[in-house]
Amino acid sequence: MINRREFLKNTVKGIAGLAVPLAAIEIINPGKLRAAKSSEKSKVRWVFLVDTYKCVGCGLCVKACKNENEIPYDANVTRTWVERYVLTKEGRLFADSPKGARDGFITTKIDLGLGNYQDIKKEDIKKAFFVPKLCNQCENPPCVQVCPVGATYQTEDGVVLVDRKWCIGCGYCIMACPYGVRFFHPVHHTAEKCNFCYHRITKGMKTACVQACPFGARMIGNIKDPNDPVTRIITTERVGVLKSEYGTKPQVYYIGLDEEVR
Amino acid sequence: MVHGEVWTLKELFVTPNEYIYWSIQIVMYPFMTGLVAGAFVLSSLYHVFGIKELKDIARFALVFSFALLFAAPMPIVLHLQHPFRGINVMMTPHFTSAIAAFGIVFFSYGAIVASELWFLYRKHFVEVALPLKEKKDKTLLEWIKFVIFCTLTLGVYDISEESLKRDEKAIKILAGIGIPVACFLHGYAGFIFGSVKANALWMTPLMPVIFIMSAIVSGIALCMLTYIVTMELRKRFASRNKAPYAMHHQSREEIKSVEIHVIKMTAKYLLFFLIFAISLELLDLIFRGYTAVKSWDVLRSVIYGRDFTDIFILQYGLGNLVPFILFLTPWLTLRRAVIGVILVLFGVFMMRYNVVIGGQAFSLTFAGYMHYHMPIIPHDWETFKEGLGGAVSIFIMPFVLFWVFAKIFPVFNVKESH
Repeated sequence: MINRREFLKNTVKGIAGLAVPLAAIEIINPGKLRAAKSSEKSKVRWVFLVDTYKCVGCGLCVKACKNENEIPYDANVTRTWVERYVLTKEGRLFADSPKGARDGFITTKIDLGLGNYQDIKKEDIKKAFFVPKLCNQCENPPCVQVCPVGATYQTEDGVVLVDRKWCIGCGYCIMACPYGVRFFHPVHHTAEKCNFCYHRITKGMKTACVQACPFGARMIGNIKDPNDPVTRIITTERVGVLKSEYGTKPQVYYIGLDEEVR
Repeated sequence: MVHGEVWTLKELFVTPNEYIYWSIQIVMYPFMTGLVAGAFVLSSLYHVFGIKELKDIARFALVFSFALLFAAPMPIVLHLQHPFRGINVMMTPHFTSAIAAFGIVFFSYGAIVASELWFLYRKHFVEVALPLKEKKDKTLLEWIKFVIFCTLTLGVYDISEESLKRDEKAIKILAGIGIPVACFLHGYAGFIFGSVKANALWMTPLMPVIFIMSAIVSGIALCMLTYIVTMELRKRFASRNKAPYAMHHQSREEIKSVEIHVIKMTAKYLLFFLIFAISLELLDLIFRGYTAVKSWDVLRSVIYGRDFTDIFILQYGLGNLVPFILFLTPWLTLRRAVIGVILVLFGVFMMRYNVVIGGQAFSLTFAGYMHYHMPIIPHDWETFKEGLGGAVSIFIMPFVLFWVFAKIFPVFNVKESH
């Protein structure tokens, strides 16, 4: 039987002995373990501006994006897409985006899914327009919040990226995105989405979709630079964002956003 | 083919990247986790609250909970697009993600169940290991048995009256800690859904509570079912007077009277939790309709229209109302109990199904719908694991494990130590 003195002595020795190897281990820092979030210090904050008045739904942006970012051309997923909205005089709303509008809108018939199409007569239309969509690179991205391994993270200049080598493919981020921009890459089987062509913009180039748009409906800029033409429009004109009620603080701004757009 | 395209049909205005990404395995995941938590709560009712009537099923439920524990993370592993990277969750846990909490909660819970089992069966391990130690010229089988049980004793051979008293105390404490952890294990599974703000059906703080309640219901139901099946088998063996079942001199009639008594008692607790579960689910439904926020239009069309059969006929009707009547009608018979618990299990499964699949039945645009067609006949690995085959394999797994575990932790006829 060990007496109290012995016990205390051994305990002290044990703790002292343990302290040496323990010093080599970094104490867990919750701040570091938290999914990375963008920093306020950065001089760049990428934002996107879409002018819906200029978009004609040609789909050249979608094509360019697929080619640039190696999303299989015929796969029914896409990093960016264009939606067509048609409001009838009766007050009914029709909308579609066949194949993400990769080939443009070649027919006036609205795709209702399950092989059904709706033909709307010209005289019945109250208003119709196109709305391009892409990742909103949210200031408060739910996808970054929910990723269990931190494979989705936010860079200092505000762009949300996915680490294909670390993503486990649970799909939680896809579920968490209120904009439906995320999907599984058909080849890599990891979460995939628009990243503002990060490999291009960080080298001073425009994104593939901006470059491909013949009408200037898409623009990318740095909101922290007051002389940036995009910044000037966002700060001086009336622009809107999608689904602000989710508190994600999206950074894709729309000129001429209609209330029917969801 | 894009992931999800095989089983998703789109109707009206659905955005291009939307598919039913969380399919049957994500239905199985909360279902299996719920069974674990429920079985543990059932066993703790005796150990902590000293409900004597449940003594017979408590030991059974604990071992079964342990078997279920191994099956609980399997659906999520099968669902992952990169299953071999699953370990990344442990290596880089991001505590802002509910899934990242899984490893921590799951392993702490597993440790509690394992230690409780150890204390409960310590005497048994010693009693098996000691005679084998003495015995010379052991056969190979006895050697294996000896090694297993010797290891399981962890070198503690003290089975005096005093030490067994201490064991009992430890079990009580562990079971006490186990209840909140078990509820947390399942509550967090509900939190995974409840915290997805992008999904109008899931986004409610009630989700974890609803999940816990139905988890307990399903756990109790499954324990009852397995208990009845095992007892029936024992009855058959007893009537044939076959060893080793007959050696404890329990006759067919004795087993029968014990069985119906236990089932009647357990059924009362089942009903008690069932009432809670249904009330919460109905509260959620009524609240959504009453407040009728923007998403209600599409939710209503799914709940009262497209998913009406799944929700009101299969889940509430067949899964809740019918077993309710079956259990409340006096003079409960075994046959009635079996039908009742099977229906309860089915009801809880349908609840998971309606939450997980129903939550993805409408588009983020609130103007389109998606239909899920579960792959029945697989044509590749993906359609197998995310289809009927995968779901059934997951469901069978705990029973196989239970059969194996029951060889080490005998559920019946152990000489009473406590």
